Amino acid sequence: MSLSVALRHRFGGFALDVAFEAGPGVTALFGRSGAGKTTVVNAVAGLLRPDAGRIVAGGEVLLDTATGRFLPPHRRRVGYVFQDGRLFPHLSVAANLAYGARLSGGVDGTDLARIADLLGIGALLDRRPGALSGGEKQRVAIGRALLARPRILLMDEPLAALDAPRKAEILPYIERLAQEAGLPILYVSHAVDEVARLAATVVVLAGGRVARAGPAAELFADPDTAPLLGLREAGAILPARVVAHADDGLSELAVSGGQLFLPRVAAAVGAQVRLRLHASDVMLALARPEGISALNVLRVRITRLHAGEGPGVMVGLQAGQDRLLARITRRSATTLDLTEGMELYAVLKSVAPAQGDVLVG
Amino acid sequence: MTGWLGPAEWAAVALSLKVAFWAVAGSLPFALAVAIWLARGRHAGLQLVNGLVHLPLILPPVVTGYLLLMAFGRQGPLGEALGALGITIAFRWTGAALAAAVMAFPLMVRAIRLAVEGVDPRLEQAAATLGASPLRVFVTVTLPLILPGILAGAVLAFAKAMGEFGATITFVSNIPGETQTLSLAVYALMQTPGAEGAALRLMVLSVVLALAALLASEALARRARRRVAGE
Repeated sequence: MSLSVALRHRFGGFALDVAFEAGPGVTALFGRSGAGKTTVVNAVAGLLRPDAGRIVAGGEVLLDTATGRFLPPHRRRVGYVFQDGRLFPHLSVAANLAYGARLSGGVDGTDLARIADLLGIGALLDRRPGALSGGEKQRVAIGRALLARPRILLMDEPLAALDAPRKAEILPYIERLAQEAGLPILYVSHAVDEVARLAATVVVLAGGRVARAGPAAELFADPDTAPLLGLREAGAILPARVVAHADDGLSELAVSGGQLFLPRVAAAVGAQVRLRLHASDVMLALARPEGISALNVLRVRITRLHAGEGPGVMVGLQAGQDRLLARITRRSATTLDLTEGMELYAVLKSVAPAQGDVLVG
Repeated sequence: MTGWLGPAEWAAVALSLKVAFWAVAGSLPFALAVAIWLARGRHAGLQLVNGLVHLPLILPPVVTGYLLLMAFGRQGPLGEALGALGITIAFRWTGAALAAAVMAFPLMVRAIRLAVEGVDPRLEQAAATLGASPLRVFVTVTLPLILPGILAGAVLAFAKAMGEFGATITFVSNIPGETQTLSLAVYALMQTPGAEGAALRLMVLSVVLALAALLASEALARRARRRVAGE
């Protein structure tokens, strides 16, 4: 199932003009506040009627202003998890969960049990929303949307209202959801770490337009995209396989360009994981460095040099099949005489891939 | 108990209850519709509607009663139309109910409107994305959330209808057994030499009824706030 969106909408002094496709898995709508992200998901849900556009989900036309078709929200089967949960305060958690399920052909006990289990909310069923924590509310909201059997799921900054521990509590559930539910998820966020962790595809919105769109691994390793994502957060996503867990607390991981040693990764030997390497944690060396403490050195080729306004240069690197991103100073780039196509070594501090950025995927 | 009030007084109490009940039951659907319209509508004419609804609160009741008499009296345009259907309202208990309903209407609309304004429209949007049609959203989300407000408004309106005097006596007069409600009976007893005791007893009864209604209305409003907070 897939989603195809093309929209034009004007309100106040803001003009939105976007078009993109979203396949199975998580498609992140990324951008700063005011980039038009929520407007797009509201249009997909049918809560907003755009000036012009066409939205198709799984073969059904939800909106086509050219033919005057506008499917009302309750007939779209588009699940929506709002930033603020929006649980019905007068209903118990169980009744909230059953609300949409009842309308889409009845409450299936095994479905309810499976999703309650997936989200860890089985013990909350008799409670009222007012008695739940923020993280619990969000998980119930996700369950409620899923039980309505949507063909796509919209999540509008579902973690934005939560503090860091609550975010950490919910992220794994959303990850499992993306893998197990098999439905397209349109995930709105302005947090790079969330997007890097969850998204297969990224659509970057800026000023009401699609600035970039493509597979997450490609966009995150693209020096030209880095400024849009925020330089501080820039960094590549790297698929890896756990090879061994050593006695000294390190795990050995295989990537296409060699092997890496990380502080113990919470995944079994043989498991596929996703690493995130911040651009500022990657150093470049012309020769294989000797006598340094860093364990992780990969042979790489420069694919792209992107010099911005400031003193920094973003360097796109190819390491085997994978792409990395390094952020160095313009002075270093000149001193080393870096050019595109040049072969050299990338030094990654072994502590660089933080545990929070490693995920099973 | 029967010795405490005479049969005529009990008849007045029973009539008041009947009049107030029908005044509230009959006007509740209209009050609900008007309250939702005023709370949610974007129409330019809403201020005018708002003013009209509140008019009975500000007008001297005797004026309201007289306007009703002009409209629903035998020669009035509406009275004539109803008369053709065999329905007479003026000088009947149904007229008393109409007068009470008109006088209590603003109170009911205000209470329900406050409740509707307290409902987060984003909850209704959420219900729509879960597959609920607009009617179902109203029945399963909006209505349960404003129910305490509706009840509070109804109780307040009931109390007001029980005590209505000016518009009632002007519109349907003071006919024992037909239009002589509690407050009209008190008035009649006060005019009768030697009936001060009975008047006093009816007054005590009015105070008790009014106080009970007010307390019930407050309790319902508290419950409404808790319900919207989801506790």
